[in-house]
Amino acid sequence: MSVSKRHEEGMTFIVKTVTKITLGFILLYGIFISVGEHNSPGSGFAGGVIVALSFVHIMLAFGREAARNKLRLFSTFLLISTAAAVFLLATVKSFIKIPYFLLTMPLCETVVVGGGLFVVFITLVLIYKEK
Amino acid sequence: MIEIYLILLFMIAAAVIAVSLKDMLSSVVAIGAVGIGLCMAFIILKAPELAIMQLVVEILSLIILVRATIRKDLPFSASGRWLFNTVVTLLFFAVFLTTAYLSLKCLPNFGSPEMKIAGVYLTEGLVKKGIHNVVAAITLDFRSYDTLGEIAAVFTAVVGILAVGRRIGKKREDHVGE
Repeated sequence: MSVSKRHEEGMTFIVKTVTKITLGFILLYGIFISVGEHNSPGSGFAGGVIVALSFVHIMLAFGREAARNKLRLFSTFLLISTAAAVFLLATVKSFIKIPYFLLTMPLCETVVVGGGLFVVFITLVLIYKEK
Repeated sequence: MIEIYLILLFMIAAAVIAVSLKDMLSSVVAIGAVGIGLCMAFIILKAPELAIMQLVVEILSLIILVRATIRKDLPFSASGRWLFNTVVTLLFFAVFLTTAYLSLKCLPNFGSPEMKIAGVYLTEGLVKKGIHNVVAAITLDFRSYDTLGEIAAVFTAVVGILAVGRRIGKKREDHVGE
């Protein structure tokens, strides 16, 4: 894609610049919400939705093609499947006595929810584009 | 307790407005008002974690709904296997209503025995789980089947999305079209 066409897609230059700055902070806030589950309000699901929202920002500001280039479907699905398998194992076998599982379970939930909702959103948008 | 009834009335009014409006975008905004009312109800019922989660989910679903309804030509097919669809819908209605009736019958009244389940968590949680933080024991262990259900729902959605949007079937269709 050429540079001029990339500037035409999405919203204005101001929105793109602000999105570039705030994207990392939103991502970090989602991880903070999910990791601090055990001693502050918030949960892995809410953190995952905030992570998905930070990716949705890319699509709203930069247009469909940029978000689609960001998304590698096979890697995303591999990551989501691994996180879901680890969470299933941790739930069924109850590894909670090992201290670092305090971090693992919310992070797995964040990965599954964030990646899953972003994939769902992208696919909805792309399907509507093709018709 | 008067606030909760006010918020419930507000939510019911917004839902009625959402159903009765002709314009799709306006009814999406009314659905967002219902969600915000639900967030306020959670805050009044002293559940800030659920309020955060509901707020974030409402924002995401509002974006998706606006994105989906901003186009006029939505594909909507009412034809096809209507007998199968109706039977399956009625079957699921029956299953859900029966399950809800049976499980709601077992529940205690709203807030009447205050610490029935929480008391068990507080007294036996630390001993059973061997962990130093009560909240971590509750959210990560007693409630982890709840989280597993959420993850199963999202994972099913991802698998369905991959089945719809996979690349192999699309290529074959293009080939047939040529």
